[in-house]
Amino acid sequence: MSDILLKIDAVSKRFTRKPGVVAAAIDRVTGKDSTVTVHAVSNVSLEVERGEVLGIVGESGCGKSTLGRIVSGIYAPTEGEVLLNGDIVAKEVHGAVQKQTTRVQMIHQDPFASLNPRMKVGEIIAEGPRIHGLIPAKEVNDRVGALLEKVGLERAYANRLPHQFSGGQRQRVAIARALAMSPELLVLDEAVASLDVSIQAQVLNLFIDLRKDLGLTALFISHDLSVVRHVCDRVAIMYLGRLVELAPASDLYEKPLHPYTSALFDSVPKLGVGKRSFAAIQGEIPSPINPPSGCAFHPRCPFAGPRCKVEIPTIAKAGTGRSVACHIHNGGTGAEASVPVFTEAAA
Amino acid sequence: MAEISTTPPVQVENPLEGRVERLRNFCSDFSQSKVALAALAVIIALFAVSFGAPIFSPQDPYDLAMLDWMDAFLEPGSEGSGGYIHILGTDNVGRDMLSAIFYGLRTSFMIGLSAGALALLVGICVGLTAAYFGGKIEAVLMRVVDLQLSMPAILLALVMISILGQGIMQIIMALVVAQYAYFARTTNGAAKVERSKDYIEAARSTPLPTHRVLFRHLLPNVMPPLIVVATVQVASAIALEATLSFLGVGLPLTEPSLGSLISNGFKYIHSDRYWLSIYPGIGLMIAVIAINLVGDQVRKVLDPRNSR
Amino acid sequence: MTAALEVRGLTTQFETRGGVVTAVNNVSFKVEPGKVLGLVGESGSGKSVTGFSIMGLIDNPGRVTAGEIFVHGVDMRKLSATEQRQMRGRDIAMVFQDPMMTLNPVLRIGDQMAMAVRVHEKTTKRAAWDRARAALEIVGIPSAGERLWAYPHQLSGGMRQRVAIATALLHQPAVILADEPTTALDVSIQGQILAEVRRLADETNTAIVWVTHDLAVISSFADDIAVMYAGRIVETGTAEEVIANPRHPYTRGLIESVPSLHQAGEKLPQIPGATPQLSKLPQGCPFRPRCNVANQACLGEPPAHDLSGRRVVCHRPLEAAA
Repeated sequence: MSDILLKIDAVSKRFTRKPGVVAAAIDRVTGKDSTVTVHAVSNVSLEVERGEVLGIVGESGCGKSTLGRIVSGIYAPTEGEVLLNGDIVAKEVHGAVQKQTTRVQMIHQDPFASLNPRMKVGEIIAEGPRIHGLIPAKEVNDRVGALLEKVGLERAYANRLPHQFSGGQRQRVAIARALAMSPELLVLDEAVASLDVSIQAQVLNLFIDLRKDLGLTALFISHDLSVVRHVCDRVAIMYLGRLVELAPASDLYEKPLHPYTSALFDSVPKLGVGKRSFAAIQGEIPSPINPPSGCAFHPRCPFAGPRCKVEIPTIAKAGTGRSVACHIHNGGTGAEASVPVFTEAAA
Repeated sequence: MAEISTTPPVQVENPLEGRVERLRNFCSDFSQSKVALAALAVIIALFAVSFGAPIFSPQDPYDLAMLDWMDAFLEPGSEGSGGYIHILGTDNVGRDMLSAIFYGLRTSFMIGLSAGALALLVGICVGLTAAYFGGKIEAVLMRVVDLQLSMPAILLALVMISILGQGIMQIIMALVVAQYAYFARTTNGAAKVERSKDYIEAARSTPLPTHRVLFRHLLPNVMPPLIVVATVQVASAIALEATLSFLGVGLPLTEPSLGSLISNGFKYIHSDRYWLSIYPGIGLMIAVIAINLVGDQVRKVLDPRNSR
Repeated sequence: MTAALEVRGLTTQFETRGGVVTAVNNVSFKVEPGKVLGLVGESGSGKSVTGFSIMGLIDNPGRVTAGEIFVHGVDMRKLSATEQRQMRGRDIAMVFQDPMMTLNPVLRIGDQMAMAVRVHEKTTKRAAWDRARAALEIVGIPSAGERLWAYPHQLSGGMRQRVAIATALLHQPAVILADEPTTALDVSIQGQILAEVRRLADETNTAIVWVTHDLAVISSFADDIAVMYAGRIVETGTAEEVIANPRHPYTRGLIESVPSLHQAGEKLPQIPGATPQLSKLPQGCPFRPRCNVANQACLGEPPAHDLSGRRVVCHRPLEAAA
């Protein structure tokens, strides 16, 4: 029996920039519409079990960070909902997002930006629990000290300001701040991407330890396939706002199904395999303002057929615990000419 | 609980206490400029003589009983009926100019500082609110500010005075209305930069209450540019008040500020009694220039591009 | 064959509040034409400052205090300022992490590339535009003729970086210095650029110094590797050998901490501690406090060992693996 902690249900997020007063007036005269809409996340559904680490992988513009922020309650979804233990994470009231829970905490990419430069590390860690009354005032110092030790820092560091720490140490402080809220779910947004290789290993080890120790559930967002393989149980691959593949990490790395996933694997430089050519993916990542029709990957896909240009593939089961959004895998090849499909898409 | 410390605690490279070190660096950077140091000394001296005016001045210019008609228009350096030398001479009612300048400076400083502080407060509130909430609230607030910035401050102050009437409180109110816009603009600009930083997002996703994010996280990080604007605005508040008094809508001569002294003396400047307005003018000039020089150096030191 | 670029004993120092800091300490290396040298290091290792020093881009409070920089056998530091300026951009060119460092946002790609051509050569504007188009084609930009009319902001990050590389190529320089040019790009785009650059080195015989923190990138396309730590080069050798058989403890630590070489979920071998601040380097070998084989001997300046085409600066170089 599975114990679903996080349920992301058909979530979409669109950002619109409405034209200013002057531009709107010009629009009215010319009959154009200069409203810009970015489809950051489109119809993504995911479930995370308690104790599981789900990796979310993709290149820039794939919506992985936006999804992370929706789960963290920084953005409210335009459509669909995010449920933690069946409760909604954030809702929009009069245009302002109100987060409903303290049980999801986020760790940002850049530890030089995510800590308030004018607050002592101890205050940074204690602030959340203090405001929410999670720990009695008398125990705050003890708790901060314990947390600092837990993330591999000294108790005495509570009195220091963030600028006195190196990048890796700051990231540890950020982790301590998140843990202070006793979260049920951690969202790590590229949490090791800005760290040096040797420091990255330290922080990954800390994460592995904390996970073992506290039974953490986490959403691990990264562009780095080797890091994701190392710490995640399951991996979701995103491309241009959509989920294209979801599979247990070991299966995915053994045999990627989606053409994008395998192309992505091919373009990652690997250590110790010697010189090689990288003729992996051709073309550029399209803009999420104007995504291609049909399957968003079709302009770069070597297997794309006429159907891929018109019909958006839905994500469907492809073996145990795996699913993929690709016409090749979901019923025949993309090469099928498809007049009926075309009418269906237009309907 | 399992042993977690797989990583040996790392030495912090910088053992100095952060705030003390920052203050020390600030002081040492500030004293790089000898001119600014001298200006700072001048300001301190002016503060001392103006707020200690009752001690330092030979005469209380407010006490009409001490004034003697016989002493009117004494030249600088001459001895009056009080038995002491009027170093800067006396004015048309026999007031000792040096004392009048000391007391005038006090009024000017008081008005400049309180107007600056109040304008800072109002500006911060407007600027922060606009930056944090964005959207329509920001559009409305900042358009009003922009409108005000497009008008000369003196004009606005004159209008306010004509509505409020004369007096110290009224002058301060007028100055605040004329000047808060500069603070609001600066706060808003700095806050919009800071707002998009991750630590604000982290605070919001904790989640912390709005007022806490605003005042504990956003505000301390927008203070440095505001301090710079504040020094400049105090100087311009002093100058503005002097202008208003010179135009005759400021303070009456019974509570002399530097502006009213200059204005009073101006009537006699063509009859060779230059000291009546020149000396208060010089006093005003020194005060304003000194504050601006200090402000300039503060700006240089706080400029992130200068940090090493 | 003379090396396209040879650096000997390069030292760059900065004056800071805390005293003089040596950011680049006695660095020597050389690159043959058509070869790619990977200059690898973590932040603060001095790898970028080395590149800037070679290009003469060090400003106050920094200064190149010693060393020789031979391009085509000519010591650039012995030339006059004007002659140096003429060599830079023509014989040795640089590509930055952020392509907007080289691209002017208000000029069309064609105009700025043509300008770069005409700085060093007297040609017609037309001929310069043709050269620019040819350079864009070399780096694999489709419909190069149209791209010349674009402004930088109309191009994607990957495209801009290609334009920057094409601009560096305009005068067929002997050497291109590339400072983390693909770090800000997505992996699929990075793969494309690495493939182009490798082809460039092979086909045009340009020597390339690729400054990066990413060992995986280097191992997949460089010929040689120089590993930097705290301003010094600690190990050099061919890419295959250094990766397969690191002899400096730091290099080994770096390679071992890469997750892809380990079982998923397993703890990674890690280098303890953090990179030291250059102003507070430990006595002797700067890596000593983080090193797991260090002993008393390491308190002295580490000696250089020349081991069959390799060079390791260490008191206790690791044994060659079987």
